[in-house]
Amino acid sequence: MSSSTSSLEERHRQLGLTDGEYARILERLGRAPNDVELAMLSLMWSEHCGYKHSRRLLRRLPKEGRHVLMGPGENAGAVDVGGGLAVAFKVESHNHPSAVEPFQGAATGVGGILRDVFAVGARPIAVLDSLRFGEPSASERSRYLLDRAVAGIGHYGNSIGVPTVGGEIYFEGSYEQNCLINAMCLGLAPHHRLIRSAAAGPGNVVILLGALTGRDGIGGASVLASAELGEGDEAKRPSVQIGDPFTEKKLLECCLELLDRELLVALQDLGAAGLTSAASEMASKGGVGLMLDLCQIPLREQGMEPFEIMVSESQERMLCVATPERVSDVLGVCERWEVAATTIGCVTEGDSFQVLHRGVVVADVPVGVLVDDCPLYDLEPSPPAARLYPAPDAVLSGGESPEETLLALLRSPNIASRRPVFEQYDPIVQSRTVRRPDEADAAVLVLPDGSGIAVAIDGNGRRVGCEPRRGAAEAVYECSANLACVGAEPLGLTNCLNFGNPEKPHVAWQLVEAVEGLSEACEALGVPVVGGNVSLYNEAPSGPIFPTPVVGMVGKLPDASRAGRLGFARDGDAIGLLGPFEPSQVGSELSKLRGLAPVGELPMADAARIRILHQGIRARVRSGAFRSAHDIAEGGVAVALAECCIAGGLGASVRLPRGLDPFGEAPGRGFIVSGPAEALAGFVMIGTVGGERLVIDGLVDVAVSDLRDAHEGGLSEWV
Amino acid sequence: MRARVLVRPKAGILDPQGQAVERALPALGFDGVRNVHVGRLIELDVEDPSRLPEMCERLLTNPLIEDYEIEQ
Amino acid sequence: MKFGVVRFPGSCDDVDALQAAARVADAVLLWHADHHLQGVDAVVVPGGFSYGDYLRAGAIARFAPVMTEVEEFAREGGLVLGICNGFQVLCEAGLLPGALLPNVSLKFIFRQVDLEVVRSSGAFTGSCEVGERLSIPVKHTTGRYYAPDDQLDRLEAAGQVLLRYAAGHNPNGSLRDIAGVCNERGNVFGLMPHPEHAVDPLGGSTDGLRIFESMRAHVEQHVLA
Repeated sequence: MSSSTSSLEERHRQLGLTDGEYARILERLGRAPNDVELAMLSLMWSEHCGYKHSRRLLRRLPKEGRHVLMGPGENAGAVDVGGGLAVAFKVESHNHPSAVEPFQGAATGVGGILRDVFAVGARPIAVLDSLRFGEPSASERSRYLLDRAVAGIGHYGNSIGVPTVGGEIYFEGSYEQNCLINAMCLGLAPHHRLIRSAAAGPGNVVILLGALTGRDGIGGASVLASAELGEGDEAKRPSVQIGDPFTEKKLLECCLELLDRELLVALQDLGAAGLTSAASEMASKGGVGLMLDLCQIPLREQGMEPFEIMVSESQERMLCVATPERVSDVLGVCERWEVAATTIGCVTEGDSFQVLHRGVVVADVPVGVLVDDCPLYDLEPSPPAARLYPAPDAVLSGGESPEETLLALLRSPNIASRRPVFEQYDPIVQSRTVRRPDEADAAVLVLPDGSGIAVAIDGNGRRVGCEPRRGAAEAVYECSANLACVGAEPLGLTNCLNFGNPEKPHVAWQLVEAVEGLSEACEALGVPVVGGNVSLYNEAPSGPIFPTPVVGMVGKLPDASRAGRLGFARDGDAIGLLGPFEPSQVGSELSKLRGLAPVGELPMADAARIRILHQGIRARVRSGAFRSAHDIAEGGVAVALAECCIAGGLGASVRLPRGLDPFGEAPGRGFIVSGPAEALAGFVMIGTVGGERLVIDGLVDVAVSDLRDAHEGGLSEWV
Repeated sequence: MRARVLVRPKAGILDPQGQAVERALPALGFDGVRNVHVGRLIELDVEDPSRLPEMCERLLTNPLIEDYEIEQ
Repeated sequence: MKFGVVRFPGSCDDVDALQAAARVADAVLLWHADHHLQGVDAVVVPGGFSYGDYLRAGAIARFAPVMTEVEEFAREGGLVLGICNGFQVLCEAGLLPGALLPNVSLKFIFRQVDLEVVRSSGAFTGSCEVGERLSIPVKHTTGRYYAPDDQLDRLEAAGQVLLRYAAGHNPNGSLRDIAGVCNERGNVFGLMPHPEHAVDPLGGSTDGLRIFESMRAHVEQHVLA
């Protein structure tokens, strides 16, 4: 025998369970768990599956809304979009696997979030990605991660035929050791096809669909192996999951057909902790028990032990429940789509999760112990005693002219054109895309009745690092602003909280403050949170990453053909600056280029006024009064004006209000709009569209072609 | 028996994968490398090895753009 | 007139092609495992990643059951349009000359490009003018058109090159900027750009519709008349 010379007690520590948690297991079970049970419990009670440090906090987020069809707790949230249709959506992180192998980590991140969406019965219609890396100029590793992650996202999304319609990328030293890969997916379903994951009906059959089960992702649990795998141990337990979009495409079509034909009682995807978490959560939601027979499971590797089968994270697998009479129909649909389908167990009375292997019960744990009895910890927040984040290296001395400053900002990695990235994605497959990545502030997709769905994703970690409560609220305001610029009304929001080690009081404080900020902003705008994800322990010896709540927001507009655009549209149009816009340099892109540390108070936000502002912009975009609309974000109004000129291929001549910092920021609160002068009457008009130069009186006089060269050149040297 | 089919891009056709590898090696400190080409390896257990050339011509390779070599 | 759009496991732009074709005539899906073409007047082999692009793009799809009927249909003069992955399938099947290789950049590229109509007589570009520019998007990793030099000379001399990428618009290194070629007889046509994604005013260009309209006009004149 091998590694099992250590006692079970030590092994629980190797599996990541604290002594206190192990004691709780003993108490709940009334006995010691065996190997298989210990493996299952160690995963279900991990931070990733159990949300031990965040579950209590997440209860703060507002979840009610009149459009909500499915709230947090299901595979994805869903909102009603009219015409009998629902949009399901969610964002999830895949940070740690991507640091190990960025191509496959990002690819399987996309694969995973796609499965979450079709698991609720929605056809995936769009993907967005929110990425964070270290500075490309400073780090070959960050350039490598960027290059490979983008390739991985493209590979999976393009191959499976789901358009990647938007996203964001930020480069900060803070993410050098901990890159962030957050993937969001939207899906479309007729209301009646939405399905929940609760297993039901003792006697009903549990069927496993999709790829073979191998040793992928077993990693840490391998201490339980009863035999050495011999030479090449590591290779036999790949820590990297390989995604196969072709298998998932077939699985997707198969599942949607099964749902269209109403053949299923429940559907669940296999993600983290594989079969253990999928099956136990299905049982828990349904208040039933489950019996699985591991000998039925199609395996990719020889000699897999029961614990390996239970925790394998092999990709592209789904679990479903069907009544016995429907099983042959289910298998028939699967065969037509060339999807492997195997009966592996059944739903039972009571609350036992039983696992059989070669006729022997190898695990028997109450469902509640696996899913509900995981301890929840209160955070012990305390504001940081010292500055957490160092000042970045300065790129500008402060002596540059406004024109040089503007060009430096346009060229900087956080602002420069993302064309070299989004050209690697297919944004138009499925023929719904009405606004492509550089055409407007949000992506817009058309629905069968001509109405549109808009979606945006935002989250500036550096600003949240300055002041978590206001910074997190800004992410919500910015998403809402993006939607307003295309004429969309927000329906719901998903979020991924990417933070450091929550057991450290200053990180706990960041989390609590950020969740409070998100909640306040959502309440003020009337946007419910329908689901999300948490990724903790993103930390290096030097400290935590910037607290990075990533917000994805979905909205609706009545006429997709009237979706707004960001570029100036017509010579002679008047240009308006809408607010109230009171920017500052705290946490701004310019202050970063000048080598200033991210500290200070962010500008206050009057949520009620922001709501009214966004409503007004939305209305005028819909009516056509505004021919272009663009929210002022990184780099301030000067950069926003430049972006409008570049996108529209038209120059502009403007004068800014006296005292307004041309590079100051206040996300979600300032807009550059253009349209016929009559339409802008009553707003602050700052100039006119026309010519081939951007002239900001007293500050800047530069050819649009020069602006474009700086903007397009910024990222292209790194990608 | 176990056979291996080595598939290579036909000489004279631009091979950007090979060029990319050739460019990357010196950057890692490997000098004196030239003429890099990237192909494909197919391994299979066959009962009738005499049918391998036909398999290559019909499915395993595209004879317009690839050459192949069978190892047994 | 009825179009048939083939669906393989892994086809992605099949529904898009179906919707585009449905703007000019009737259109149905043809399942890869079926041995009949449902009496269609033209077959479209769509874009996507049939069989995951395993082995080589299009290499496995060309042997799908329905391809037996498609090849026979082509031999008898029926119109066959191959878009992107469909072009790859038709080249692998020997219905079109040449082959598609990885893009010179080695990356997937999505871009709206200008194509130049090289020849406008015939079933696929009949409703266009020679020299006319069509704005149509490309989205592929393996789109570099290749044939040996002497074959390229023959193709050009025989008028089999129907579309070229306009100057400066070649996204993938295709030899002689070739974007689309037809067979000697002129009834089978393959192109890497996606005309089915340039048919809706909401999306911008509607230049792609011209190809479907040309096909309908040809069938109406020569087949249904």
